[in-house]
Amino acid sequence: MSIRRFALAALASALIAGPTAAASTEILNVSYDPTRELYQEYNAAFNKHWTAQGKEAVTVQQSHGGSGKQARAVIDGLKADVVTLALAGDIDELNKLGKLIPADWQSRLPQSSTPYTSTIVFLVRKGNPKGIKDWGDLTKEGVEVITPNPKTSGGARWNFLAAWAWAKQTYGSDAKAQEYVKNLYQHVPVLDTGARGSTITFVNNQIGDVLLAWENEAFLALKEQGGDQFEIVAPRLSILAEPPVAVVDKNVDKKGTREVATAYLQYLYSDEGQRIAAKHFYRPRDGKVAAEFAKQFPQLKLVTIDKDFGGWKEAQPKFFNDGGVFDQIYQAQ
Amino acid sequence: MSRRISPVIPGFGLTLGYTLVYLSLLVLIPLGAMFVHAAQLSWDQIWNIVSAPRVVAALKLSFSTALCAAVLNGVIGTLLAWVLVRYTFPGRRLIDAMIDLPFALPTAVAGIALTALYAPAGLVGQFATALGFKIAYTPLGITLALTFVTLPFVVRTIQPVLADIPREVEEAAACLGAKPFQIFRHVLVPALLPAWLTGFALAFARGVGEYGSVIFIAGNMPMKTEILPLLIMVKLDQYDYHGATTIGVLMLVVSFILLLLINLLQRRIERP
Repeated sequence: MSIRRFALAALASALIAGPTAAASTEILNVSYDPTRELYQEYNAAFNKHWTAQGKEAVTVQQSHGGSGKQARAVIDGLKADVVTLALAGDIDELNKLGKLIPADWQSRLPQSSTPYTSTIVFLVRKGNPKGIKDWGDLTKEGVEVITPNPKTSGGARWNFLAAWAWAKQTYGSDAKAQEYVKNLYQHVPVLDTGARGSTITFVNNQIGDVLLAWENEAFLALKEQGGDQFEIVAPRLSILAEPPVAVVDKNVDKKGTREVATAYLQYLYSDEGQRIAAKHFYRPRDGKVAAEFAKQFPQLKLVTIDKDFGGWKEAQPKFFNDGGVFDQIYQAQ
Repeated sequence: MSRRISPVIPGFGLTLGYTLVYLSLLVLIPLGAMFVHAAQLSWDQIWNIVSAPRVVAALKLSFSTALCAAVLNGVIGTLLAWVLVRYTFPGRRLIDAMIDLPFALPTAVAGIALTALYAPAGLVGQFATALGFKIAYTPLGITLALTFVTLPFVVRTIQPVLADIPREVEEAAACLGAKPFQIFRHVLVPALLPAWLTGFALAFARGVGEYGSVIFIAGNMPMKTEILPLLIMVKLDQYDYHGATTIGVLMLVVSFILLLLINLLQRRIERP
């Protein structure tokens, strides 16, 4: 008898507990490829911070993939509460094609909605046998360069623009810069579709002498492979890669998650959020945290997409859309 | 008075209705949507997309490598089927089961494995390097990946037909004085050809559309080793939905014409 009563009580409590557990808030963070580990740690930290304020616990679902693909999924109806993508151009499309966010989305959070940044560095084989120190060395005889296809990879676009910026500053004109990047891409034996694919080509298949990579990816490869196979070379000049974040207005209003989604992104700017980003090799924005991690990141001169290229709205069609500079490099051959 | 045999599965009306709904939901509506999407462009725009040098280069590459792979599998697949049907040897069932593995394996896994093996520093690739040519990151590598992925088609279509041809037919031909080649040419080929063509067409069609396994081994160099499905992805990454669907429709039309031709050929063979 008592066993049956106990079973009934357990069943009843399960029935009551079930719906309340399901009712706790859940938000979806749609992100790009290399942020997987970063957000795993950040989500736990945010949850602690959020419940400490007496709010209901929140489950954050993560989705990762190529930045452009992820943006398209959200436009096509994936119910993302927040997007954290590789470049502003992809989030712009959420406004243009999807009408999911207002045009001024980037001014809603500090630092143009970019809580952390990265840059493009070189990963070379141990001992740097080809003596690669700067962009000029990449076009030397016999050097093979690994970089993904800028048509399909957000990271590769940053690579391309960094190379362009260096060449323009060194040689002085657009025409000379184009000549340099054309020469550079003749040293590229494989164009993978994404940054992870290129890392596999360079690290596992041992192709090429230098990998152009996100700084955080390069550090991760170093950490996972041990420091005995590769080393990082920081060029004299590179680009400030700004992966921005945004609340997807239409989705949060429908789901009633605006408050928690906004807080989720804002907390990225807190000391703790910034420290977690730095721990995962993203450059923090906050001066104080940046100083703590100053030794971790090489010092280099950085150009920006907005000042030097007129933003993605100008750079994307000029360089990467059909008929742009990247196409011209290959069609002329 | 003819007696109606009641069918195992209920009536014609019901089954046909089900077939049509099923086909519409899975095949016709998605493909139709593609045509509708592409139809929003003018003929000039469509022609501009389709005749761009990169698209033409990719079209040639996709169809030629798929054709090579299908031909290669046509020969080797027939051989495999022959060995598996006509001989008994230890491990035959194991090999027979292995034939289906390319279907079961995620294509991306196959692509990464093949690339690691055939890359210039890879286990097999290093010998090619020593001989002065490259396998991975060339059309040869693409053909290799497609051959792997489409291997089961020819084997599996030929196997049952071959098993159905009694040995006695060959023996009878031999008794009548036919030489081995004549037996092959006049007895086996006519019986096998329709099934062989089906396998060939399936392998070819699958090869044209294959993405996952090829993308790692292709190298993806514009104008050289860029396949058509990759160009669709490139267009999508520029949010150019119309351009992407136009290339999709192009592939569909070319594939459909080729499959139709193969079907017609098959008809003629079956009814001489």
